[in-house]
Amino acid sequence: MTTTRFQQLISRNQAALSARRKIVNAVMLSLTGALTLLALVPLFWIIGYVFYKGGSSINLAFFIKLPGPLGVAGFGVLNAIEGTLVMTLLACVFAIPPGVLAAFYAARYPNTPLGIVLRFSTDVLSGVPSIVVGLFVYALVVKAQGHFSAFAGGLAIAILMLPTIIRTTEEMLKLVPPTLREGSLALGAAEWKTSLSVVFPAALNGIITGFLLSISRAAGETAPLLFTALGNEHYDVWQMIVSGIAQKQNVFQILNRILDQPADSLPLTLWKYASQPYPERVQQSWAVALVLMILVLLIEIIARVWVESRKRALQG
Amino acid sequence: MTKHIMPMSEDRGPRRFQKLIRHGDIPWQVILIIMSVVVMVLMIAIGWMLWQQSQHARTQFGWSFLIPTSDANWDPVNNHFQSWPFIYGTLLTSLAAIVLAVPISLGIAIFLAELCPAWLRMPLNWLVELLAAIPSVIYGLWGIFVFLPAVVTPVGDFIGNTIGKVPVLSILFAGPIPESGSSRLAAAMVLTIMIVPTITAVTRDVLLSIPDNQREASQALGSTKWESIWQVLLPYGLSGILGAVILGLGRALGETMAVTMVIGNSIEGNLSLLKPGYTMASIIANEFAEAVTPLHIEALLEIGLTLFFITLVLNIIARLLVWSVAQRTPQDARV
Repeated sequence: MTTTRFQQLISRNQAALSARRKIVNAVMLSLTGALTLLALVPLFWIIGYVFYKGGSSINLAFFIKLPGPLGVAGFGVLNAIEGTLVMTLLACVFAIPPGVLAAFYAARYPNTPLGIVLRFSTDVLSGVPSIVVGLFVYALVVKAQGHFSAFAGGLAIAILMLPTIIRTTEEMLKLVPPTLREGSLALGAAEWKTSLSVVFPAALNGIITGFLLSISRAAGETAPLLFTALGNEHYDVWQMIVSGIAQKQNVFQILNRILDQPADSLPLTLWKYASQPYPERVQQSWAVALVLMILVLLIEIIARVWVESRKRALQG
Repeated sequence: MTKHIMPMSEDRGPRRFQKLIRHGDIPWQVILIIMSVVVMVLMIAIGWMLWQQSQHARTQFGWSFLIPTSDANWDPVNNHFQSWPFIYGTLLTSLAAIVLAVPISLGIAIFLAELCPAWLRMPLNWLVELLAAIPSVIYGLWGIFVFLPAVVTPVGDFIGNTIGKVPVLSILFAGPIPESGSSRLAAAMVLTIMIVPTITAVTRDVLLSIPDNQREASQALGSTKWESIWQVLLPYGLSGILGAVILGLGRALGETMAVTMVIGNSIEGNLSLLKPGYTMASIIANEFAEAVTPLHIEALLEIGLTLFFITLVLNIIARLLVWSVAQRTPQDARV
């Protein structure tokens, strides 16, 4: 069988074309893998470097002492640790009840007009810059009260936590099998009773995970605290409780005292120390970064492991 | 039948109330609706509050506060404020970050959704999302002391010596970059790292929501894996991917701490990417707590209002785009 020159040309072109296509395919596919590796470089770089720099300047005093003057060893950032705890706790109190209830609505009536607007505004709210939320709380609380406070800081963090809580709770409520709720309704239980005593417990693990995730994000927020909580080097909750009891104040007066004054937090301290020209302060800021990062990553990892195992259990 | 049957009308009031309480569905619904409305009202309240609180600055400076000028004036001592340099800084750094982040994120999303073996997908997803979990201040700290001297300064030197010498482009890329690396370029590069997880996560979900028959049809026609990704899947999910990019842009615009720490905070009228600058968020972070005159505070609040408005519009567009993809492919999405 003889082949014409024309046929030879065609077959050569086809071979060339398919070779080119195969090469493009291989190059581009391996490029995507390489880019994935590239994105992980900063992750390990940051985590590794923070551990390396921060690990060397952490000691016990760091956790149990207030900040002291420069050049004197043996002081810590107790005020920031306590401030972070107080404000995050306060934010949970403000954000969790409305968030969960709104999520019940979004999960139960996703396609009513209110449901659609609610889910949409939740999504949009999660995109509002944290510094804008800080300005809002400044105008709403700080300006009205005339002073900075832990209360204002907690409120700002609560607003930032709200969208995450609503979204994750809604997702988890949707994962509960509809047969469960229908069974409960068929037995004559009211809608609210079904929601609270059947659907909610079934989704509880996942919902708590959502709380944890939003807490880990909230604990690292700095921008909204800059002009709501401001910072306070003498913030010592334990001292306030002790002196409050000594002065025979009741619980509410002590709480008021804790919440009504400026407070510090770990990220806020980190920012202040990092921008100072003293090497000692910078060293301390690495230590703060380490504590903050361990806190955030630990919560994050626990939450993720938990949610995955729950998802598997629910999906069967 | 000895039991006395009461006429309905007599106990109607109290029994109806009792029924309502015992049954309880109406109060429950009312509570749910109130909470949902609270969440919605919150967003309007933020905008309204900033609008109302920046009243004097708005009336005094009018549009001259926002429009581009070459000799903008930010003078707290003489109470004169124009915000263009900050708007410019925000736009330039965010757009540069988007240009860098989009190809990287697309690559990662394609790898995670289409190529990655199943056992590797979960850990990789987690690692990429951990990148989003690291607090902004830690990025800033790492940026100042590690990333800037090691990466940004050499890259900036290189850009300044090559593109910076080209006549027209030299407006945007004129060097030299400061020794410390603090510049708009540094902000853009740190922002890139921070927004890659956002864009990747949404793009990955968009790709995963594309039905399998699209892939099968494309490969049955003889296309290679890459061709079916590039010519079929990406066009199919284009609006969702665009939404992901806009979401990333929104995050970049509002990012505060890391940018404030690496951008150098200088108010000089230089347009170059390699020079220090300011962004809208970083001027607020730097000056708000120390602002003394009421007009200064109001000017900063007006910048906040502008930032809120921009991110609001971007987010609404982005969410509509992402939702449109999700609506189009309801049933046979891959899990």
